Formats: sequence, structure tokens, C-alpha cells
Amino acid sequence: MLRTLLSGDFPRSRALALVLIAILAGLALAPFVFPGTRSLDVAAKVAVFVLLVASYDLLLGYTGIVSFAHTMFFGIGGYGVGIAMAKLGAGWGSLALGIALALALSALLAFAIGLLSLRVRAIFFAMITLAVASFFQILASQLSWLTGGEDGLTYRLPELLLPATKLMDAPLLGVEVNGRLASYYLVFLAALAFFLVLLRMVNSPFGRVLLSIRENEFRSEALGYRTVTYRTVANCLGALGATLAGVLYAIWLRYTGPDTTLSFNIMIDILLMVVIGGMGTMYGAAIGATIFVIAQNYLQDLMKLASAATQDVPLLPNLLHPDRWLLWLGVLFILCVYYFPYGIVGRLRMRAARN
Amino acid sequence: MSTSEQPVALAPAEALPGERRDWIPLALVPAIALAALPFIPSLPTWVTLTVAGLAMGMMIFMMAAGLTLVFGLMDVMNFAHGVFISVGAYAATSVLLAMKASMQAASLGANLSAIVPAVLAAMALAGLLGWFFERVVIRPVYGDHLRQILVTMGGLIVVEQLIHVVWGPDIIPLPRPATITGSFIVADAAIERYRVLAVLVGLAVFAAMWLILNRTRLGLLIRAGVENSEMVESLGYRIRRLFVGVFVAGSALAGLGGVMWALYQESVNAQIGMQMMVVLFIVLIIGGLGSVGGCFVGALLVGLVANYTGYLAPKLALGSNILLMVLVLLWRPRGLFPVGKA
Repeated sequence: MLRTLLSGDFPRSRALALVLIAILAGLALAPFVFPGTRSLDVAAKVAVFVLLVASYDLLLGYTGIVSFAHTMFFGIGGYGVGIAMAKLGAGWGSLALGIALALALSALLAFAIGLLSLRVRAIFFAMITLAVASFFQILASQLSWLTGGEDGLTYRLPELLLPATKLMDAPLLGVEVNGRLASYYLVFLAALAFFLVLLRMVNSPFGRVLLSIRENEFRSEALGYRTVTYRTVANCLGALGATLAGVLYAIWLRYTGPDTTLSFNIMIDILLMVVIGGMGTMYGAAIGATIFVIAQNYLQDLMKLASAATQDVPLLPNLLHPDRWLLWLGVLFILCVYYFPYGIVGRLRMRAARN
Repeated sequence: MSTSEQPVALAPAEALPGERRDWIPLALVPAIALAALPFIPSLPTWVTLTVAGLAMGMMIFMMAAGLTLVFGLMDVMNFAHGVFISVGAYAATSVLLAMKASMQAASLGANLSAIVPAVLAAMALAGLLGWFFERVVIRPVYGDHLRQILVTMGGLIVVEQLIHVVWGPDIIPLPRPATITGSFIVADAAIERYRVLAVLVGLAVFAAMWLILNRTRLGLLIRAGVENSEMVESLGYRIRRLFVGVFVAGSALAGLGGVMWALYQESVNAQIGMQMMVVLFIVLIIGGLGSVGGCFVGALLVGLVANYTGYLAPKLALGSNILLMVLVLLWRPRGLFPVGKA
């Protein structure tokens, strides 16, 4: 059962397994264990970003493609839901339509970009995707009649998912069972399911071919695999994963705007998460996203204390200023690329293998 | 191996024709300028827009030149090149704001006494950062594109944050010195002084680069390195040292471009570098990765097209660069002047 669920790709390290179980349990029980709006927001964001980062890992870690257009697909998912909800009304039908259109658009775009630029070298692809993503960002802010421009879209969801909807009269274990809870579990379970699907993919024969392309493209081609086809398919699958993450995030936030979906800062966040967690491991996505989102929300409080404590020292309070948390993660990122190419997960697995 | 009985006759000079100059992309710049003429209602407006476009193009060229040379020479794409732009802009801002009095004076001499140190400081700091960057960040990952991209992105994050630490997170307004504000009028066309200055500086940089690359021994080695670096190395030249030099010079140029751009925008913020990166990549792709001439033509094209569309169809303006890139790639998939390696 567990073997089927994890597609035979076990954590292979006791410490890693414990961390993963802790993350899973934490997310599954978040509404009961960590009550409060902020912590539930953090939990939902972790769930969404685990899926988003895992789908990016399929590209970066498993296929060796650097794409800067991942937020574009994330945004397509978000805007798919947002536009459908805002323009067609808050029904399940329009939600499904929005998701379907978003997925189709993402697949088409990923296919086109892949076919045009995956033949050439990694750098060229990275540059092209950066340009296309920034074009899409401009498009979203310019077509304000459709996308709400810089302000974004705020919308209602189907009745079941609204916070005002009461699903049970009495609170369960001290937590009110309302639409907010329902949408949290929708987001969590969907993210978990898609994560397992991605895990299945990378452990399939298809995934092995992707790995071989990453390791030695020339050789895989010589063995008879059409590397361009495989890369393009991987690119499309990664894009679909990101779109689904965008859909879930839009459902959770009930808001879609450039800052929550398309911003280049999110792209940088994704890179940090996947590299710190561990490229090419899938579980790294879960760990990276969890650490990052928690750091984003709680590290700042800690830094505020440190900054206040070092007030008399020159420059140090500035370095420890709560807004500078990205600086330290950036340093960690560079160190990871040099010294731990497989991130935290690789580190833990190596230690387990040595024992 | 036996030597042939007859010595091989030296081929006559005609047998080795020099590379034919490819004039079509060069003609594209005036062609686009002329093509825009019928759409723009008045000639003075067209002149203003063209000067603005050329000025913008020249500034972009200064920022992009180093990036394309580094790529051509060492096969390194520095995704953090934008930070040299920001650092240059900030360094100059610090100097200029400290010398406010001579900035506001109406005499050219006083203005220059503020601008020259500012530009020197910008180029020095950007060059120094470039040297540090090459040494610490890029050197360990030569030949590994994936890690190169990742590491330089990491460098971008860290340096951008450090700029926040040193200069603060807010946008700093930066007024232009008195003598280069305002515009003069030539036959009804208002031409901003600063833009003319930008075009002149850009032309000077391009001329200097052209002379160094084509008329000096150093330039010969750089061009040979772009063509085939292993061969240059096997002839006994230290390509590594050459490369560090080019990297530092390119960073300093980006710093200069940053100063020019900051004065053009009359403000600086830490995101300048990242915002420009996208434009720089588009210019590089249009010009052909690694080609300096292509970079120059590409930058001018981007500058002109951005200004014309900004006037004719403001909504399209921001995306015009990318449409231009797509059109160029449809015509020449490897850019205007493809370079062997790219």
C-alpha cells in the first residue's frame, strides 16, 4: 500500500522520514493543532508551494531545464479560476471551466515554448522563458478589463467553500467546521494527490529517461531516446503542475493578482525552495517549501529580536533587519549549490547511507 | 608521415576571402526609423522620438556589452549582471547627493566636478564587484550551465539585498545636474540635452570598444578567444587572465550604464538591475549571443522600437521588445549576427 502510494521511492533515511511525517501530520491536522487564521494561511501556502516546487523540480532537478516561466503557469492557473469566478459567477460549472481552460492554455504555451527553444542550449531556454514570463506579466497588468490589472481580482467561490458556510452545528474538537475548513482540506488533499502523481511520474520509466537526459543528453540520444520530445513533455507536465498549484492558491486566497502569482519574486522563492530542499528528489520540494514559507512568516519575528538586540553595533542591525531575511536564504542558496547539490534531502540520505 | 615532394604553393591572397560583412541587419536601424516616419504625424515629433530611442539604445548597449563579451569568451551567462547596473547607479547617487551644491550650480565646470567622480566611483565599484563575483561566485562553476544560472541567480538575490542594507529600501530621487537638464530646439523639434549626451557617450564607448577589439593586440586575443579559446590557450596566452579583465571591464561598463540610466530616470531603486536584465537578454538574443556588433544593433533596435510604440500604441510599448525578438528570431533563429559557439 505505502509502496504503491510512494511509487517505491522511499525517503531512505530515518531522519528524512521523520521530517516528512511531521510535515504531513502538521498539514493534515493544521486546523486543529494550530488554530488561528495566520497559521492556517501558512499551512495552506505550504501545501500549495509543495506542489508548485515539486512540479518545478520535475524540470530543474529531473530534466535539467532551467525555466523562469514557472510563475507564468502558476499565474495562468490563478487567473483561470479568478476570471471564471469573477466573470461567470461563483458556480462549480464555471470553476471547472476556468480550470480546464487554464490547463489547456498552459499545456499549449509550454508545448510551444518547449518546441521552439528546448532544442538549443539551457541558457537560451532560460533567457527565452524569462522574456516570455515578463511579457505575460505585462499582459496581465495591461488587460485590466479582464484581469483587474495591478489590483487583481477578488471573487466569491461556490457556497461550500465560503467561510460563512456552516457545515456542522457544533464545533468539532473546538474548531468550527465551516467553508474555510472545507477549502483548506480541498487544497491540502489535492496538493497531496498531485504530489504523489508527480512522484509516480519521476519513478516511472519516463522519469528514468528524464534523469538520463539530465546526466548525459548526448548519450541518451545515442541510446535512441528523442530527447527533445522528452524534454517538451516534461516541460508540459511541469507547467500543468504549476497551473494546478495556481488553481489551488486562487481557491484558497479568493484573490488573484500579479503579486501573488506572476511576480518574479515568487520565481526566486521557488528556486530557493527547490535548491535548499534538494534538487531531483521530490521530497526536497516538500522540505524546501515548508522551511521557506515558515521562515517567510516567522523568521522575521526572530530577526526583529536579533536586530533590536544588536542595536548598538553599526550595520549589523541592518543585516538582521526583518526585511533582510531573503539575504540569508540567498547565502544559504549559494552554499547549497556549491556544497550540497542535492540539498537537505541529499545530505540526510548521504548520512543514512554512510551509517 | 612523408613530406610531399613538391612544396605546397602558398595560396594566393584571393583564395582566403575575408569574412563578408553582413550589412542587412545594420540597415535595419535606419530602415525602422524611416518606416516609423509615415505613422508619426509630425516630423519634429519623429526627431524627438528617434533621438530618445537612440539614447535609450546606447545606454542599453553599455549595459549589455560586457554580458555578451563574457558569454562569447568564456561561455558564461551571468544572470546577476544586473546588479552591476544597480551598484553603479547607487555608488554614483551617493557621490552626487554628497556634492549637491556643485550639481545645482549652473556652470559646466562645477557640474563636471561632481559627475566625473561619480562616474569613476560607479565604474570602480561595479568593476570591483565584478572581480569579486568572478573570483568567488562564478569560478567554481565554469562549464556547468545549470549551476551557473543557479549560482548567479543566488548572487543576484544576495547583492540586491545587500544594496537594501547599505542604501535602504526606498527609491532615491536623483535630479540631473543643471547644465544637462532641459532641451534645445532644432527646427521645431525639442531634443533633450541629456539624450544627446547619452548618444555621444554611447558612441564613444562603442568606438573605443571597436578600436580595442579590432586594432590592438589585446582585442585580437579577445576575438580569437571568442572564436576558439582552447587554441588561444595552447598558443601560450593565459585566457583566464584575459577573461577576468573582460569580466571586470564589462562590469564597469554596466556600472556606467547604470549611472546613465539612473540620471535618465532621475531616480534609483534596487530593482533597476533586475528590470534591465530582461531587456538585456532580449538585446542579446536579438543580436546573437556573444556578438558585440549584434549587441549594438540589437540595443538600438530595442530602443527605437520601444519609443515609437510608446508613442503610437502605449499599451503595446512594454511588450514591444518581445514582439521584436520573436520577429527577429523568425527571420534569423540564432540572432542577427550568429557567433560560432552560441
